[in-house]
Amino acid sequence: MKTLLVCEYREGKLLDSSYELLAFAEKLSADKALVLIGSEAEAPRVAAKVYLADVGKYGEYNPDLHKKIVLEAVQRENPDYIVFVHSSYGWDLAPRVAAALKVGQVSEIVGINDGKFEVTLCNAKLRRTVVPRTPRAVLTIQAGAFSYAGTPGTPQLEGLDPADAASALEFVGYEPAEKKEIDLTRAEIIVSAGRGVGKKDNIPVIAALAKALGGELGASRPVVDAGWVEHSHQVGTTGQTVSPKLYVACGISGAIQHLAGMKKSDFIVAINKDKDAPIGEVADVLVVADVLQFVPVLTEKVSRQ
Amino acid sequence: MKVLVCIKQVPDMESRFKPNGGGVWYDEADLAYRINEYDEYAVEQAVQLKEQLGDAPDVTVLSIGPDRVGEALKKSLAMGCDRAVHIQDPAAALKDPWQIASIIANFAADKGFDLIFTGLQSQDRGSAQVGVTVAEILGLPCATTLVGFAYDNGTVTARRELEGGIKGVVKMKTPAVVTCQLGLNTPRYPTLPNIMKSKKKEFLVFPVADLLKEQELTATDALYHPAKKGGGIVLEGDVNDMADKLIGILKEKTAVVR
Repeated sequence: MKTLLVCEYREGKLLDSSYELLAFAEKLSADKALVLIGSEAEAPRVAAKVYLADVGKYGEYNPDLHKKIVLEAVQRENPDYIVFVHSSYGWDLAPRVAAALKVGQVSEIVGINDGKFEVTLCNAKLRRTVVPRTPRAVLTIQAGAFSYAGTPGTPQLEGLDPADAASALEFVGYEPAEKKEIDLTRAEIIVSAGRGVGKKDNIPVIAALAKALGGELGASRPVVDAGWVEHSHQVGTTGQTVSPKLYVACGISGAIQHLAGMKKSDFIVAINKDKDAPIGEVADVLVVADVLQFVPVLTEKVSRQ
Repeated sequence: MKVLVCIKQVPDMESRFKPNGGGVWYDEADLAYRINEYDEYAVEQAVQLKEQLGDAPDVTVLSIGPDRVGEALKKSLAMGCDRAVHIQDPAAALKDPWQIASIIANFAADKGFDLIFTGLQSQDRGSAQVGVTVAEILGLPCATTLVGFAYDNGTVTARRELEGGIKGVVKMKTPAVVTCQLGLNTPRYPTLPNIMKSKKKEFLVFPVADLLKEQELTATDALYHPAKKGGGIVLEGDVNDMADKLIGILKEKTAVVR
């Protein structure tokens, strides 16, 4: 079995998530070749073939051109699986490659179960195994689901330079992340509000617990999108990644994007009325309660300590 | 200008889910359905574009599924879409993303849409494939994961959300496809006058067999509950007791509460 692993490159650097692709290939016990639209200096340090296309010519983000490059590598390598990380780069590019090859795609794989690909659905409350119906398939793997512990090696580089560089997309550039008023990464205690707090007027209830514990207020994405809390407080993939000594998740169900941003916390308390919410999977203590009933009582008792 | 919005109806994600008798999908009985959250942003953006261009764009909203998806289409009409297309398919949940995309592309192929809006992904399956695949089948440029959308004289400027809060800005000419990320805009609530007005709007129904020409490329083998990892302490019962117990645990297990 052979895999072609499509690396990610942004702002002049190879993204570390590219190594998760190697971990996945090893879990499949598959041979691996890699493809990178990047630079020689940033080629992944692994003893394998790396197809390299020049980022100066093809850009860091241009799915039209990157598709052509991946297809060229597919033609040379003849892989069974073409694998991406399920990220803003991978979920954007993978379906284009799958459609061009007219092969099946399995998205956001979290595990391999008896040779079948395991994925989550319905906010990780269910799982299913998926099988491609085509001999070749495109796969994307969940960010963080496969960790790599291989030894560094020297890549054998092979240049890719498909002549056709026409594209219907023009990449204008990056906009930096909004300036953070609050650096949650330094906080020892974070108390975060999720959709379960119900409405903006209830945010002070959560903020009061944060204050009583001497911590900072965090928030999940829906709460920020709804305008209840400013973006600088957002914890998760598109916000801040935190690892405090204590993380208290109030009314947060635990979408993967949120879990990825906080699961490395030393101690996690979840307060949720849904006992089956995925946050329970990472919590050291799960308090099954309505946050608006429980949090004020806890705050009062903490304040009296 | 012609605009298409593709929406899916999904269960409320706060629900309890259990596998159904078939073993490859969940039991749909007792679930409350709503518009997929990502697609609500797509509907809102299409309606905002219509307003920006002085009502000129003609906005069609499309959904594939059983009778119940009519509710999602009606809400979209009340939000401001001009016409609903219901592709009647009681077995839509068992089709793979390739088949769903091919149905939409077959519908759109001869309609000359200038812009197609859809959500980045569905809340239930979350494959994030359908929008991009529709664009590929139709040979259109596509930008995904939009948290910013601007249209001016045949050019779309899209702000894509990347990891860590960085944005990537992309331009493309119409006809084009965009997929919407959460937070792109603030979806409106339909007003009563607009709900009344929407009842007179065109509502077309087609059987899926007219549009489905493709075999599935992936299939679900089994669907099940994740194994409980356990390990964590679960507190249930009286609020006062739980608060006392929690403070006790925090004192014992963490250095931050004394």
